[in-house]
Amino acid sequence: MSAIARIGAVADKEFRQLSRDRITFGMVVMLPLIYLLLFGYAINPMVRDLPIGIVDLSGSAAVRAITEQVRVTQVVDIVATYATPAEAEAALIAGEVRAVLVFPHNLTQRLASGDVVAQWMVDGSDTMIGNALLGLREMPLQLEAGVPVGAYGPRKPSFEVALFFNPERRSAVNIVPGLAAITLTMTMILFTSVALVREREHGNLELLITTPIHPLELMIGKLLPYVLAGLVQLVIILGLGSVLFSVAFQGSLVHLGVVTVLFIVANLALGLLISTIAQTQMQAMQLTIFVLLPSVLLSGFMFPYEAMPVAAQYIAEVLPATHFMRLIRGVFLRGADSMQLLPDVLWLAAFTAIMLAIATHRFTKTLD
Amino acid sequence: MTELAICTRQLTRRFGDATAVGGVDLNIARGQIYGFLGPNGSGKTTTIRMLCGLLTPTEGSVDVLGMRIPDEAEALRRRIGYMTQKFALYDDLTVEENMRFISRIFGLGRAQTTQRINELLEHYDLVAMRRRRAADMSGGQRQRLALATATLHRPELLFLDEPTSAVDPENRRAFWEKLFDLVDQGTTILVSTHYMDEAERCHELAILNLGQLCAQGSPARLMHQLGGRVVEVHGPKLRQAKDALLQLPQVQSAAQQGLALRVLLREPCQDAATILASALPGGEHSFEEARASLEDVFVASTGDNPHAERHQ
Ligand SMILES: Nc1ncnc2c1ncn2[C@@H]1O[C@H](COP(=O)(O)OP(=O)(O)OP(=O)(O)O)[C@@H](O)[C@H]1O
Ligand SMILES: [Mg+2]
Repeated sequence: MSAIARIGAVADKEFRQLSRDRITFGMVVMLPLIYLLLFGYAINPMVRDLPIGIVDLSGSAAVRAITEQVRVTQVVDIVATYATPAEAEAALIAGEVRAVLVFPHNLTQRLASGDVVAQWMVDGSDTMIGNALLGLREMPLQLEAGVPVGAYGPRKPSFEVALFFNPERRSAVNIVPGLAAITLTMTMILFTSVALVREREHGNLELLITTPIHPLELMIGKLLPYVLAGLVQLVIILGLGSVLFSVAFQGSLVHLGVVTVLFIVANLALGLLISTIAQTQMQAMQLTIFVLLPSVLLSGFMFPYEAMPVAAQYIAEVLPATHFMRLIRGVFLRGADSMQLLPDVLWLAAFTAIMLAIATHRFTKTLD
Repeated sequence: MTELAICTRQLTRRFGDATAVGGVDLNIARGQIYGFLGPNGSGKTTTIRMLCGLLTPTEGSVDVLGMRIPDEAEALRRRIGYMTQKFALYDDLTVEENMRFISRIFGLGRAQTTQRINELLEHYDLVAMRRRRAADMSGGQRQRLALATATLHRPELLFLDEPTSAVDPENRRAFWEKLFDLVDQGTTILVSTHYMDEAERCHELAILNLGQLCAQGSPARLMHQLGGRVVEVHGPKLRQAKDALLQLPQVQSAAQQGLALRVLLREPCQDAATILASALPGGEHSFEEARASLEDVFVASTGDNPHAERHQ
């Protein structure tokens, strides 16, 4: 009973302090809002409007049809035509264009025999661009069926190609739930990573550890107000995100709540652990960023989990953000419930328990 | 002898190679104000932290309210109050919120909390400050808030670490009145200070210097023990006179105080005037045995000028 009273006392105190710290309080609301608007519109993993050049050595009528189809993908923007491949290469080196499409002399025969029709010369120095054009490389061959020379049967356009025509929608669908994961990772760890350090720096800790409070009560009391803050952030991101980017919510609110609270608590517990390691608020920030970056890069937010090397996948498996990314995409976009995603749910719960146990163990009520 | 509130044997704490507290034996009876007098860095805070169970002694034993510390520190925490040297309450909470928080942590019920807070706000003259944030209070007000909060759960034993360092003399008097009120109610108080006038108000006193316990006893007894060792010298050119007197092997220290020179002898001495006069030829000076002050006690027991390390 008195344990609950003490947890309540700590939670109440933390909440009052949070509500008085205008910048932090503002961050709870403004950060998800700004991130959503900024990244929802700005991050577009689909590369668009790359400047390219054309070299036509064939003089064939098919060139026009093919280039037109390349253009409508919106991946490229045809800005120049060159007489020779050498000239085109110079332009590529100078950075005037990112790629050049070269049509050979024997284009007509190639089309007839189903051979490779043309060559892409690609600036591979930026891998994102390289990959985008690599995808494009396959495209004319697949869509080329409508072109007058009909020596072979038309292939069905694949799904990947269809995506080229709908880039914005797809990125928003991925980014909105992903942004929820990243924002929560950042703010939640940050809030609690300084929680104990601040008390130490302000001298409050010496008094606090002379009271009958148990370390676990202190930890739980410190988490509670931030769970609320995290839920507010989630509502902002998912709510506003679905409206602005017309991302349809498929799942149930209960399951969404369950997985989110689990994820929030996991991050808060990790923050508390950081707080027992760091001696100053500066160190706490550094440790937070140390955890944050892998969460952004490895959780599946930036790159698909399956595409990462096995070692990176192991690291990703530890991070709560990876599991939440799966959970929220599952629950929010595919309408899965938390039972269907049990392994991820269990890991978040286990992660929380482990972090809290270590943090509680590390937090001794002495100044030694 | 009354029951002891605190008893330590060979209490020692080292930080690396440095000894912050070395071999301190304390016997502190219940129901009194016990003072730690010592300059900066003398080990007052370190000793108090060990007594509260916040620091583990490197060597020695500690017994507080009949409990072995640090093993039984958790049980002790409900029975003691600790006012830290640095203000340890929350700047961004109001007076009442701070008190309510600590009260709940100590397990006082809602009704009891409210009643205690009202009582204490009244007693410590903080009623008007009730909704003021701690950050916006004066040093003296914060000190009163810290004391009020430390006594919320009616501890048997109070540790006050330099409670009046930010308080003017008048408020210091008032603060000490409150301490005597608490003692009347049966509380034992351990207070550290580097003010002589405060030390003189204590029932008993320990003088600490460089982590060593130099003297222990009631201020009156400590001063009485110096009988015959303090001589006041009046006359011209006191600065030169001081240098001359310090050459004498019998003189431990000499310090100018206003128009007189206060000389502390190493041993009580009947014919002090004759010995001192031998160093000051000319017969222009007069010598008069004086009552020892606590400052003399401090100098005699530490062999140091207390002003040397004192700030203020
Ligand atoms: N955590 C620590 N690590 C290393 N040295 C310490 C530590 N705490 C105290 N000391 C050293 O122990 C000695 C005693 O310090 P302490 O704080 O007990 O003195 P004090 O009498 O309270 O001084 P003040 O009047 O300035 O408060 C000092 O030399 C101090 O530098
Ligand atoms: Mg101190």
